[in-house]
Amino acid sequence: MIKTIDEIQNEVIEEFALLTEWMDKYNYLIELGRSIPLIDSKLKNEDHLIRGCQSRVWLEARFEDDKIFFTGDSDAIITKGIAALLIRVMSGHTPEEILNTELFFISEIGLKENLSPTRSNGMTAMLRQMKYYALAYQAKNKPNHAD
Amino acid sequence: MSDFQVTQIRKDFPVLQQEINGKPLVYFDNGATAQKPEVVIRCMDELYRTQYAPIHRSVNWLSDQMTTRYENARETVRKHLNAYSTNEIIFTNGTTSSINLLAASFGRVFIRPGDEIILSVMEHHSNIVPWQMVRDQYGAVLKIIPISDEGELDMEAYEGLLNEKTRIVAVSHVSNTLGTVNPVKEIVRLAHEADVPVLLDGAQAIPHQRADVTDLDCDFYAFSGHKVYGPTGIGVLYGKEKWLEKLPPWQGGGEMIDRVTFEKTTFNELPFKFEAGTMPFTEAVGLATALDYVNGLGLNRIIAYEEELVDYGMRALSALEQVKIFGRATQKVPVFSFLVGDIHQYDTGMVLDKLGIAVRTGSHCTMPLMDRLGITGTVRASLSFYNTTDEIDVLVTGLKQVIQMFS
Repeated sequence: MIKTIDEIQNEVIEEFALLTEWMDKYNYLIELGRSIPLIDSKLKNEDHLIRGCQSRVWLEARFEDDKIFFTGDSDAIITKGIAALLIRVMSGHTPEEILNTELFFISEIGLKENLSPTRSNGMTAMLRQMKYYALAYQAKNKPNHAD
Repeated sequence: MSDFQVTQIRKDFPVLQQEINGKPLVYFDNGATAQKPEVVIRCMDELYRTQYAPIHRSVNWLSDQMTTRYENARETVRKHLNAYSTNEIIFTNGTTSSINLLAASFGRVFIRPGDEIILSVMEHHSNIVPWQMVRDQYGAVLKIIPISDEGELDMEAYEGLLNEKTRIVAVSHVSNTLGTVNPVKEIVRLAHEADVPVLLDGAQAIPHQRADVTDLDCDFYAFSGHKVYGPTGIGVLYGKEKWLEKLPPWQGGGEMIDRVTFEKTTFNELPFKFEAGTMPFTEAVGLATALDYVNGLGLNRIIAYEEELVDYGMRALSALEQVKIFGRATQKVPVFSFLVGDIHQYDTGMVLDKLGIAVRTGSHCTMPLMDRLGITGTVRASLSFYNTTDEIDVLVTGLKQVIQMFS
């Protein structure tokens, strides 16, 4: 049985509940970064770059069996960990699911400050880009009645 | 060691008395903006409570009082810069607006197609983009002074750039990223030999160095209030009267006019012709209070103490094998730009933040300089006279933790 986005979010919250110190959280993010579904190095180009003021983030999406699968990378390690988390939660779901998702895990695990728009680390932009991909694939996938 | 009573002086700054993430705040982001001493905070508070009224125009007692304080603030700035006359002190919103004012106004009168403007590779975007706008509008050419690997201007190259097509030289007094104190007096001397005026971007120099415009003989000097312990929203453009007389107003509005009819407007005298609209007059008084505070501590004593911070910081950071420092000029203010091994500057900054150490990471609005150095950014610890060698030790300990986490 494939987990829903909300189920994965709850899973992440449980994992982080064990980490009370910020140091442990950051170390865990560093670890998560290593497990990121890595974007093909050929796709690490301007087209897949999400411009953030502080660190560079690349994101790519492909559509398979009605579901979207994301890959990504970042040149900053903590950012990469956060990207890995976002991908883990959002990847493997339909465009509708992704578009209708409210991400509640970010504030629950105490990383909200890292995702707020005032911290220009590209994370907010990354989430937005994920939703754009979902919107694009949703539009593409709809039968075209105009024919 | 100097007789600088830093422990006592720190008490003047309420912000410094707090903890961040359970750790005493180490504020090393002074290059971005400096903290405010109690006297400045009180001054602003008192103005709003007791003296706030429009300046220059209204026929009432309060307005007279406020106007006097605003004009006294101009005199305080004049004295601080050792300028000849208050006609040469124009209040603006900050360094960026000072440079935009000058570039737009100067460009209109003096820049023609093919004319050359000299900048340096270490300039802040605020001293690049306004000149690019002038270049694009009038078909001018930008000439760039290169730097050495230590982060010092190549003065020979600069001399070579000066020619009969050069219309203005615009360089920073102190580099915001490297901390380099540029040989501005020599820059001015050489420019004047070629009959070219010089603008000095003093944003980073004003809290650390003496900005004596008579001694430097510069034609223009720009700085911001908030970097010299004053409020935000106030800045200064100094200009020699002979130049300001020749420059047209930049923005139109109230106060800068003499008489307006729909056919024609005649402009007010200096310095008012450049001060359109309601000026940040409380902030101007706040700035004057900040300058008084700095002069009360004594600029010479500040400079001597900050030299100790430079020496201590350079030695402490160099002792960490993995740390690469950008900016090793012999003349330098306590601004340390560095990278730790191949750890991304943002990772370093985020961990330092958790340790209560406020630094800045990124390109510091000097992307051309980053290109020159072949990097995307640095970690920048920019210190002030209220920082201590103990705090530098805290930074070094923090960096050891960073190295441990990311290796």
